[in-house]
Amino acid sequence: MGGHPFLRDGVDFGDVLLVLGIVLISFVLCLIATMLMVWFERKVVSRLQNRIGPNIAGPFGLFQTLADGIKLFFKEDLIPERADRKVFQLAPYLSLIPAFLTFTLVPIAGDFSNVSESGTAGSSTIFGREFLWQGADIPSGILFFLAMSSLGIYGIMLAGWSSGSKYPLLGSVRASAQAISYEAALGLSIAAVILVSGALSTNEIVQAQSGSLRQLNIVATGFVPFIVFLLAGTAELNRPPFDLVEAEQEIVGGYHTEYSSIRFALFFLAEFMNTVTMGGLIVTLFLGGPAPLFDFPFIDIMPTLGWFGGFVLFFGKLLIFLFIFVWFRATLPRLRYDQLMDLGWKALIPVSLLWLIVLGGIRIAQNGDLNIFDSTNANVALVLVASLVLGAVGWALLRAAMDTARDERLKEAGLHLTPVPAPAAQNAHAVSSTEGAGH
Amino acid sequence: MAGVVVFVISTVIVLAGALGVILYRNPVHAALSLIASFFGVAIMFISQGAHFLALVQIVVYGGAIVVLFLFVIMLLGVDREEDISEEPFEGQRVSALLSGVMIFAMLMGGIFLSGRTGDEAGDYGQAAITGSTGQVVPLTEEEDVVQLGHDLFTRNILAFEATGLLLTIATVGAVVLVRNRGAEDLVVDEPGTASR
Repeated sequence: MGGHPFLRDGVDFGDVLLVLGIVLISFVLCLIATMLMVWFERKVVSRLQNRIGPNIAGPFGLFQTLADGIKLFFKEDLIPERADRKVFQLAPYLSLIPAFLTFTLVPIAGDFSNVSESGTAGSSTIFGREFLWQGADIPSGILFFLAMSSLGIYGIMLAGWSSGSKYPLLGSVRASAQAISYEAALGLSIAAVILVSGALSTNEIVQAQSGSLRQLNIVATGFVPFIVFLLAGTAELNRPPFDLVEAEQEIVGGYHTEYSSIRFALFFLAEFMNTVTMGGLIVTLFLGGPAPLFDFPFIDIMPTLGWFGGFVLFFGKLLIFLFIFVWFRATLPRLRYDQLMDLGWKALIPVSLLWLIVLGGIRIAQNGDLNIFDSTNANVALVLVASLVLGAVGWALLRAAMDTARDERLKEAGLHLTPVPAPAAQNAHAVSSTEGAGH
Repeated sequence: MAGVVVFVISTVIVLAGALGVILYRNPVHAALSLIASFFGVAIMFISQGAHFLALVQIVVYGGAIVVLFLFVIMLLGVDREEDISEEPFEGQRVSALLSGVMIFAMLMGGIFLSGRTGDEAGDYGQAAITGSTGQVVPLTEEEDVVQLGHDLFTRNILAFEATGLLLTIATVGAVVLVRNRGAEDLVVDEPGTASR
């Protein structure tokens, strides 16, 4: 890779125009996708709950979101008296801008079976200029996603804090705790992808996966990072079942309780934009983005279709994940706070850490840097056995630590675990069921 | 030329952010200025071709660390404007001023003694900080990351592990401090209302 196609032989006016065009088009695309996502979610959730959903405005109720948006624009814009005015006004943009910037990372189309003369795959040419089907192919691109998702939290945190009222503050404290907890698992599963693909830019990650089913990262990383990413990603989006941030039964609307009108619309937009982007990133990282899942056995169809084939493939894969997100929301009850923390810290982080070590070990064995046995397979097997033992020891240590901590807490509360008399058993249970509250 | 423009803009951001950190009375506003300052530094990294460092700067400092600051500020309810006309510790201001002047003198000395004025775009700071006049080898992005990783995990493995151990000790220490018995529960307070 010799850097971005635009920068190869100097920048001229045409390049600037093209970049502006791409940015504008991806912004519009992003907005339209977000609008459709809102409609899709409402429609699917309705169907899953035996309702019909929006069906009046436009065909199939497609324009309902537009109507809601226009209504929000014309509502009165309120700022609470006790709010920190500047931060209150800043917060929606801190939420929206990172959401949009992340979208630029996702390659949405392109023919990845075809590597152009300059060594870039998935590019097309317009007016003699080569470009990629994504807003920007940033070097170390996937880190940019982590950077933006950690900045997106500020929007939520500051919105809750600056509102100057109780429930939003509770929501934003929850949001930051949740984001900090799940970012580690998210980062570790991305690290597994980087390790296998050997690249940081999203274009190269897709390129590394195009070809066969075995090269897809979902297979090549062994499925576990994919599951971790899906769960941690859902938590990062604050979507159900991880939506404690805006749990309406407990804290009204969480961080956006005090927001109305266009500012609320911006938060809403950012949330759904993030959902679409997260779906797109899962497709990019694990399912080869616009590249086909496997070689079509009889006809070589991709070069004929060009970039459009890539777009259809990407969109199809994206739709699956968007449906999964909606499905999660319609089926799973919200997690309790201690369950949320347990899942993040005691399950996802240890599992993804162990998996990263296993993948690294296998890679070293395959590269021939580990020469204990003569055959590569034996070395890989050795790595696997060693990692299993390591994992077992680690798990035992974690369990021991958790049990000790629990015993300590019970002792502090004046209760003893063994032997448990009948009436005290109920108490002990009550304590242990709220044990996560102290985390 | 473009390098100079980028340098000036990012310097303004860095300095404005740094001034905001010390001049804002409200801790949350100060923390926000700190993020702006980190962003300026990230832009400088990018203009030097260090994309990886720039993003790590945002992820680690702009993201994780300031989020933790804000989290603590909100959780403890210390987000009201403070009266800073009195010194919290005796002699704090004098020593802060003294060390500031000393660091400034060191940096200036580094810039002028190194004999490089940074007249070419991309030269800024390199010689100034290290004082070296040797040729800096330009790297491409991939080489940058790979070299960084390789260096970290081979030549500096001991320092790397020691840092990891230090962080673990700090974590354990924090847990021990928080879990002292008989302490009152933390109270989530309402934001900055006391002073208004």
